[in-house]
Amino acid sequence: MPIDWIYGLVGGLLIGFAGVVLLLGNGRIMGASGIIGSLVDQTSGAATRERVAFVFALVLVPALLQIGSPVDTGTMQSTLLLVFAGICVGIGTRMANGCTSGHGVCGISRFSVRGVVATAIYIAAGVLTVLALRLIVGEL
Amino acid sequence: MRILLALLSGGLFGAGLHISGMTDTGKVQGFLDLFGAWDPTLAFVMGGAIVPMAIAWRMVPGRSPLAGGTFASPQEHGLDNKLILGSVLFGVGWGLIGLCPGPAIASLSYGGWRAQSFLLRCLSVC
Repeated sequence: MPIDWIYGLVGGLLIGFAGVVLLLGNGRIMGASGIIGSLVDQTSGAATRERVAFVFALVLVPALLQIGSPVDTGTMQSTLLLVFAGICVGIGTRMANGCTSGHGVCGISRFSVRGVVATAIYIAAGVLTVLALRLIVGEL
Repeated sequence: MRILLALLSGGLFGAGLHISGMTDTGKVQGFLDLFGAWDPTLAFVMGGAIVPMAIAWRMVPGRSPLAGGTFASPQEHGLDNKLILGSVLFGVGWGLIGLCPGPAIASLSYGGWRAQSFLLRCLSVC
């Protein structure tokens, strides 16, 4: 629906501004997998406090926005699938050193070869996975 | 200052993911469903996010970050097997349930056990 695209564009601009604030303000690249990964590893060093603040606001703002308006979070998934997908995403983003925000938004916007190639590959892998799901399970 | 800027950035990121509908796994899987009921929303989100970032990158050379320090320099050691294999694995997991790290964190408050168990599993290996 066209209205979804407009929300997408507005939300996308906000995500872009989030990256701009972190880059021009703190000199950091906004990558969700890197930020949470380094917090778990405790490899953030001096940046630990600002990363905790980033994650705190990232949870808090959507929590406030959804008050009074129930959100669609998608259909239920099996636990097994969630666990398997979580492992794939965890290992994959660690190996590739980035996810949708790092390689996709921050990488492509600076015309990084690694960012563009990573994004093309994970979208292609995602498309094939969804196609396989459709063929095996029928619908999503 | 650095903490405030990080809060502002995380808040904008969360608001953007929420408003764009990217915390809805159905919309993400819909984008990947190229051969089914394709939902192009994610392309608009990506496009909208890339434009301000592209302008910001052009402002980086010759400047220092507002809060002091230096700009983090992204890795640019070319393509390697780790990048390729890692991206394939990430794409498979992303397609299977429609969650990636950013939206998984953003939807923690309302995603229920799905977002939590996904994130826990993801964190245990990443």
